[in-house]
Amino acid sequence: MSLLELKDVSKIYGDLHALDKINLKVDTGEWVAIMGPSGSGKSTMMNIIGCMDKPTSGEVLLDGVDISRESAKSLTRIRRDKIGLIFQQFHLVNYLTAVENVMMAQYYHSVPDEKEALRALARVGLADRAKHLPSQLSGGEQQRVCIARALINYPELLLADEPTGNLDEANENVVLDIFSQLHKEGTTLVVVTHDPEVAEVAQRTVTLGHGKIISDKLNEGFKE
Amino acid sequence: MFFRMIRGAFTRQRGKMLMIALTIALGASLATAMLNVMFDVGDKVAQELKTYGANITVVPKAASVLDNLYEVEGGDAAEGAYLREDELGKIKTIFWAFNIVDYAPFIDTDASLADGREVNVVGTWFNHYMALPTGETLNTGVQNLRTWWDITEGRWLDESQPDDANACMVGASVAAAAGIRAGDSIRLQGPRAGTTLTVVGVYDSGDSADDQIYAPLAQVQKLSNTAGCVSSIEVSALTTPDNELALRAAKDPKSLSASQYETWYCTAYVSSICFQIQEVITDAVASPVRQVADSEGAIMEKTQLLMILITILALVGSGLGISNLVTASVMERSNEIGLMKAIGANDRAITGLVLTEIVIVGIVGAVIGYFAGFGFAQIIGHSVFGSAIEMKAMVIPIVAVLVVVVTLVGSIPAVRTLLRLDPTVVLHGR
Ligand SMILES: Nc1ncnc2c1ncn2[C@@H]1O[C@H](COP(=O)(O)OP(=O)(O)OP(=O)(O)O)[C@@H](O)[C@H]1O
Ligand SMILES: [Mg+2]
Repeated sequence: MSLLELKDVSKIYGDLHALDKINLKVDTGEWVAIMGPSGSGKSTMMNIIGCMDKPTSGEVLLDGVDISRESAKSLTRIRRDKIGLIFQQFHLVNYLTAVENVMMAQYYHSVPDEKEALRALARVGLADRAKHLPSQLSGGEQQRVCIARALINYPELLLADEPTGNLDEANENVVLDIFSQLHKEGTTLVVVTHDPEVAEVAQRTVTLGHGKIISDKLNEGFKE
Repeated sequence: MFFRMIRGAFTRQRGKMLMIALTIALGASLATAMLNVMFDVGDKVAQELKTYGANITVVPKAASVLDNLYEVEGGDAAEGAYLREDELGKIKTIFWAFNIVDYAPFIDTDASLADGREVNVVGTWFNHYMALPTGETLNTGVQNLRTWWDITEGRWLDESQPDDANACMVGASVAAAAGIRAGDSIRLQGPRAGTTLTVVGVYDSGDSADDQIYAPLAQVQKLSNTAGCVSSIEVSALTTPDNELALRAAKDPKSLSASQYETWYCTAYVSSICFQIQEVITDAVASPVRQVADSEGAIMEKTQLLMILITILALVGSGLGISNLVTASVMERSNEIGLMKAIGANDRAITGLVLTEIVIVGIVGAVIGYFAGFGFAQIIGHSVFGSAIEMKAMVIPIVAVLVVVVTLVGSIPAVRTLLRLDPTVVLHGR
């Protein structure tokens, strides 16, 4: 069964069709890259999948549940329980240390556990930066804190909107290595990107244009 | 975790939090100061008015009747009618003894100076020491009743110094006309006897007292051979503004019912104090110095009204300031709040966090503000009234409620906006 299924999903702003009858299936454990020019509807789609926005029409099935019909309150709960989010701008709370930022996600999910949060930071190579404030971390390090935070509650689906957009080459590679590690462990990944190199390392690339899917292909070069 | 988030917010954003706390403190201090001054201003003004002379005069019955019949100034017609000096202490034994702030007996006579100049000499108490039957002691006299006198030369006559029993104080006009200076000895010839007094001070009163000489009671009694006699007493008493009951009682106490009489007698109306003075001083008529007593109530009411208005303005002003800042500081955090929502924080968690922070800041601000306000009130007290403002406990709950209401009212619209906030908007920086 697919973890995620979009059926005829449209999002219309006035007379602009940001998404136009999208049909898409993502299976558990898949690593999908979403590409497309600016304004093609990538972020709009991510927001809908991430339970932060609702489609104008169509169905979005996450784990068999149609999230396009849910109330804002239950969307918050679904997002908390099933989805990990990573943003282009790192979005950390600036008065909390790295480990506290990770623990905050645990707190809103269930119970904070500092040891586990430290292990999550160690996984992204930040064991020795745990007590630093965001302002004391580099951009790459901040993004890794965000990844640790997105992972801490074992989400079924990890959504990343331009995760490497603000990073240099070296940091981009660190992040991609972490993704590939997660993929091996069975995490389902949906990654929006402009960068063909980032798309290439994924299993499958979906390309959007004017709110429609214009191509959907498996990457030949994909290495397990 | 909640605690760690709060602690993080406070320890790592100390500057910002302190700013908010200080604004709240400023508002709270303004409120504290104004409220304290307002509650105390009545007493202060009353005290101030008391220091501006007597509000009750006591004269012998004979003098009073004739004065009223013929409306004559002075009292030649009543020559020979006197009050008894040995009864003066009884004034401090009446029911409202505590409200008697100061009093002094007066007797005067005409005398001539060595150069033949005629001058009116007034015998009185300056700072008379009295041991009361209650065991208390009291220093009273014209030094307290004539606070507006300006000692232009020398000093006040001091009854506690044995030498000053033969001293006197000379009015500025007399001193100028007769060329008298502090330290001089002057010879006074009264109708019955003469005496020599040392001038310890020259005063400028701005009224007819400048044409007189003030001397100890015994000296003037000697000049006119009236030992043990006084012709009037001035009393300065703290009084309750008159009401209808007091006005009726002032006309005729016997017209009251027993319980009304009780109420009247046990209230510090000027009429009941006069009545009680008459009870202890033989053949005396005590009457309020009308103008002062009446205008006193009016002045106090007006001052208090003014203070209430200013206080309300200050409260509204500080309230607006606080709520503005709180709103701004909550709105500033929309990014952080959007993120928390995206991570899965529900409305309750966000409201709880923001309000807890605001309440902590509010409490810190209110406490700082209260003590700062305490200071301001003292500055106002000392610069305006020359004495400390008494802190009223009642101000604490008022200020506390004010700060809570204002900060909460100020933050509720902001929190509502935050709750409506769409996380996608902030997260993608649109
Ligand atoms: N809240 C909104 N109101 C109106 N129009 C919107 C709104 N959000 C998005 N759009 C429009 O929808 C279209 C798709 O936007 P979207 O953000 O999904 O593009 P994108 O593919 O993520 O672009 P980029 O690569 O620049 O991030 C754009 O034309 C955008 O202007
Ligand atoms: Mg986008």
